[in-house]
Formats: sequence, structure tokens, C-alpha cells
Amino acid sequence: MDTVRSHIMVCGGTGCVSSDSEKLITLFKEKLSSVDYDKEVNVIRTGCFGFCGQGPIVKIHPDNVFYVQVKLDDVDEIVEEHIIKGRIVKRLLYEEPFYKRKVQSTSKMDFYKKQYRIALRNCGIINPEEIEEYIAYDGYEALGKALLEMSAEEVTNILKDAGLRGRGGGGFPTGLKWEFTSKSPGNQKYIICNADEGDPGAFMDRSILEGDPHSVLEAMAIGGYATGANSGIVYIRAEYPLAIKRLNIAIEQAREFGFLGKDIFGSGFDFDISVKLGAGAFVCGEETALIHSVEGKRGEPTKKPPFPSESGYQGKPTTVNNVETFANVCPIILKGSQWFSSIGTETSKGTKVFALAGSVNNVGLVEVPMGTTLREIIYDIGGGIIGGKEFKAVQTGGPSGGVITVNDLDTPIDYESLKNIGSMMGSGGMIIMDETSCMVNIAKFYLDFSQDESCGKCTPCRIGVKRMYEILERITKGEGQLEDLEKLELLANMIKHSSLCGLGQTAPNPVLSTMKYFREEYLEHVENHYCRAGECKDLLKYSIDSNKCIGCTACAKVCPVSCITGKPKEIHKIDQTQCISCGACFDACKFDAVIKP
Amino acid sequence: MNIEVVNKMSVKSLEELKKLREESKKKVSLRKEGKGDYIELMVGMATCGIAAGARTTLSALMDEIQKKDIDNIKVVQVGCLGYCHSEPIVQVNEPGKEPIIYGNVDDKRAREIINKHIINHELIDDAIIIETYKKP
Repeated sequence: MDTVRSHIMVCGGTGCVSSDSEKLITLFKEKLSSVDYDKEVNVIRTGCFGFCGQGPIVKIHPDNVFYVQVKLDDVDEIVEEHIIKGRIVKRLLYEEPFYKRKVQSTSKMDFYKKQYRIALRNCGIINPEEIEEYIAYDGYEALGKALLEMSAEEVTNILKDAGLRGRGGGGFPTGLKWEFTSKSPGNQKYIICNADEGDPGAFMDRSILEGDPHSVLEAMAIGGYATGANSGIVYIRAEYPLAIKRLNIAIEQAREFGFLGKDIFGSGFDFDISVKLGAGAFVCGEETALIHSVEGKRGEPTKKPPFPSESGYQGKPTTVNNVETFANVCPIILKGSQWFSSIGTETSKGTKVFALAGSVNNVGLVEVPMGTTLREIIYDIGGGIIGGKEFKAVQTGGPSGGVITVNDLDTPIDYESLKNIGSMMGSGGMIIMDETSCMVNIAKFYLDFSQDESCGKCTPCRIGVKRMYEILERITKGEGQLEDLEKLELLANMIKHSSLCGLGQTAPNPVLSTMKYFREEYLEHVENHYCRAGECKDLLKYSIDSNKCIGCTACAKVCPVSCITGKPKEIHKIDQTQCISCGACFDACKFDAVIKP
Repeated sequence: MNIEVVNKMSVKSLEELKKLREESKKKVSLRKEGKGDYIELMVGMATCGIAAGARTTLSALMDEIQKKDIDNIKVVQVGCLGYCHSEPIVQVNEPGKEPIIYGNVDDKRAREIINKHIINHELIDDAIIIETYKKP
């Protein structure tokens, strides 16, 4: 039989590839040909399904069955049971964390039910390396429509009316940005796609480029038409090899079909795209630094104005938009501004992709309408906190953002509401923390990142952030003083107001916000040398319960620094000044006599 | 930049794009989701079904669907439907209608199902094995 009757979709996103999904594809193909089913069942490598915590993911069409955590050993069973006999392999279905029931199709999963996918519309549905599949899902129609039926001004206006705002962090209206560039004088203009995704934990841009690269290319061409640019550049970090590979394949195919190149759609409009690899510096996500990096200079920001829309790449008018922003453009052109602006809140339209991570049951990429509450994201989509622990805080906006506490769980999320509660949208990283996370330590983690990534050009950021980091390090070691807290606040506000670019201006946010909402934890660290979450290793001191110790010497034998003393059959003692809090004695004691701090 | 491009199969109008899309859609039509308006054909593919020749039935159905270029139909293989005496079994689920179960569906009858039942909306009375079946 030559008619294909089933598609086995295997996730080819970086998350699933790292847990062997490439091998799964090979094994599926081998197995299918060994049972002579290879002509009627196709194995397709697709983009990220978003449910990365459950990877590798295998979805079977047309039965619409969603298998999770598929191991190499499971291939035989899936083929023999599902493909040959039509029997679903129940043990590989996803089990909902709360109800403990198995769910077969994505439409019935809590994780997918509340999602609304615009930017991720094709991820997990098409094969990103086949342009025909993108075309089958309305690909390149928006470009054709824009070039043949709309003026450049109409394209800009439709984006302005739709209310699309930059998804990379700042939230600047995209249509306005395009208008500025189009109005800037000059024959040579550029449009740049910012794929320098740098927030720890955020990976939506990578997933879009890996799963649906054409959606970004098409939108860049539309942006080129609207702003008067004939050249597009994708600035992507070299540590995204899979995204780069698929991007290059997509560009090649788009050229073959005439969607890039000369006289696109016979409209007389020329546009082509090149790819520029970055070395993965966080600061290069800032548009002026990014432009310098594309030019081959050091990735350092410069003062604005002049804005890139006046003088950007090579001194020419340049538009810089983020990957996710571009991914929203084509649906707006096709469905209209009213459709888009009907989704979301008063000031923030459309949807936002969040990378859900940390102590939450369902880890992955979720796209929800603006105005969804954190509670819905964490408890409905995310399936709640792992192990039924207590929710403590959620960190949004990465190193530029802040923490949100239980009091704000019901705040509808948009650009403004997050800013009002001391955090920010950022690129959409969302890290959920439970009671075992120390807030001082979290602030220290982000500051460590920022001081590492500071380009060093301006003093407040280069030296100020480092000093702040040193203070936090002292506090987590139990060497903090009360006046350190004042110093932190003073420094934070100075850095915020005097740094050159967004990196420095927002770097103190994690400290300010944790100090605002969890000041008592800072005080405990300083005054009592106590870390309630038990994360600050230097503040942990083990001791021995004299009622339970029988003097077996097990603890003394395993102690790597020999700080436990005591004769056999006598009560042992830990020298707390020597203890390195490794916990080996705790594990070794069979009588529960070692007290964990 | 501005690399010279050799246009092999350049798309030069929206009509050409639409034609290309219709072609491409066939490749991905299996991936339809949700409760659409499409007809579902369930082929019993348990051991009894396979032994009775359900694979031939399945091939015949797919082949005929392709020949007649029907796109609102989905062929799904399922486990044992419980009518082992009449295998191969094909159940036809049309939206808004009671499901119909046909028994002893060989190559010829499979093609008949497509041509009579699906295209002309005529039931093949002598092949229906049960009429009292109610979809739960």
C-alpha cells in the first residue's frame, strides 16, 4: 500500500533532541521498514510541542494520540501495538498530576486547554524543514497579500491598530517602530531579527525558529516592505545550532520558491535575508549593542538617541524586532487588526509565550492571552507545585525582572500590571519557586548573571553591580551587617538611574523586589545567620542529638573534614566552626541522631 | 547581502500560491484535529481482524479514498470491536449520524463503502452487521 495513512510526529526541538529523539526517529523508521509498514506510515520530525518537561514527545495522527517520555525501548511496542493493531499504549500516555488520570489527546489536557497559540501556531504541527508544509498552513499568504494588495503604510497601520508590542521585553509598539524607520530618510534600510535570546530559562525564540522558521522569515519580508528595507539580518547566538541549521534550510527554500530574492510575487519588491551569528552575550539583546555586534564591533550599547530607526546598522535606518514579535505578524495581516486586538487586555493585545520552569509539575512553553492570571498559568496549565509544596514566589522577566508573591497570583498579566508589582514581562521566563527556595540566594543568582554579562562600558553597571553581588555574597555567608541592606538599596537605585543601557538599568530589580517582598529573609540572614529555605550552605550547621546518639562512630568516619569527635559508644559532637555542611553525617547516621538545620 | 537568486519555481501570484497550498494540504491532511466535519472510518485491527484480512481492507479504503480524492475523511485503526465472527469490521462515523458497522469487509466491499455509503449516502444493507448499536 502506497497511501500514507498515519504520521508519527516526533519532537525535534532541542529539549527532546537532548533526550534522544533523533535516535527515536531512526528506530521508528527501522522498525517500520522491518514490519513492512514504512510506505504507509511516515515518521516526521517536527518542532517543539511546548511540553518539554514530558519529552521526548511522540504524537500519532490521525488517531491524535500524544505519547510522553518515550524511550528508545518503547519504539517496538508503539509500532507493534499502536501502528499494527490499533491499540493505544496506555502506559505512555500523559497522566494529569492532580486527578491521576491518563489523557490521550492534547485537546483534553489542562496544559493545552487554556492555551491560545498564535506565535507557536505551527510548532509541533509541521515539519520545519519542508516549506510546503508551512504553505499548507497558510504560509506566505500574508506576504503575498501585503505585497500585492496593500501599501506599505497600510501594513504599518494594521499592526498599529492591532496593538502588537515588542515581545522581547520592552513592549514598544511594533507598528510605531516600523513607522519610524519608514519615515526616516535614506535609500538603504535594514530590518534585523533579534534572536539573541539571553534570559536564563527562556527558550521561546529558539523553539519558534526551530519549529516554524518560515513564519519569522515571512514576517521579516513584510517588515522590509513596510519600512522600505531590502535586506534582513537574523542575529542569532551560535549556541543555537539546531535553530541556525533550520533557519538556513528555510532561507534556501524560501529563495527557491521566490519568497526571498528579486521581484517577490511579481510585485517588484526585492528582499533577502542573511544570518549573523553572535557569541551569546546577554548585552547583545540590547538593540544598539546588537547592531554593533552585527557590524563586527564589540557588542557594547550606545546612547539613544539616535535610535536605530534613524541611524542603525552601518548608520542606516534599521528596525530591530524580536523573534516572537515577528511570529505574530502574519496572522495579523491575514486575520486583521480587530481579531488581534480582541485578544488580551486594554493596553496589551494578543498572547504571550512563557517558559514555565522551576517547581511546577508541567514544565514547558505556554502561550496564553494577555490578561491570564498567574494562578491560571501555575495551577491550571502548570498543574500546580511539585510534590504539593507551598507556593512561595514566581520570578518573571529573568535578570531584569523581579519576584511576584502569593498576594499577586490573581493579577491579570500584561506589560503594565507586571511593572506595577515591581517585575516585568521581559522575554517571558517564568520560574516558579516553592518554600525551599531562598530569596536572597535567588537575587544573588541573577546578580551573578548580570555582573558576568555586563559589557563593562559604563561604571555603574560594571562596578556597581559587582559591589551589590559582593554584598549579597557576604549576606549568604552569614557575614552581612545591617547597614549592608541600606547600602544595597542605595546602590540599586543609583545603578538603575545612571546606567547606560537596559542591562544595568534593570539589573538591580531582582534585589529590590526580593527586598521589598521578603525583607524578613534578608534580616534573618544578617541578624540570626539563618536561612529558612536551607539553601545557603554556609548558614547550615549540623548538630547531634545527644538523646539519640549511641556512639556508633559512623558519622565521624564519613566526615570529610574530621570535625566530628567522640569515642565509640559515647555521644559524638560536631565542631561547627569546622563543619562544611556537606550532610554526609546526616546520611550516614542510622539513628536519626544528626539534626539537619 | 543581495545574493543573486536563481528562481526555480518562483511563485508569482496569490493564485499560484493557493494552488501550491492545495497540493501541500494533501500531505498534511492526516493531522486534522478536534471535532471537525469529517467522517471517521474505524477499521478493527486486532488479531482477529488482521487474521481475517483487515490490512487488505485498510489498504482498499485508503486507495479508494485517494482515487476519489475525498478529503473530509479520516481512517483510524482501532482494537477489537467485539464482532470477531464478522471480521474484518469497518465502522463508519458520520457527524450527526448513528454509527454504522459493516462486517466481512473485503477489498470489494471496502470500495463499495466508499462509493455507495460515503459518496452516494446509500447504506449497504446486506453488509451491516448490527443496527441496534447506539454510540455511548
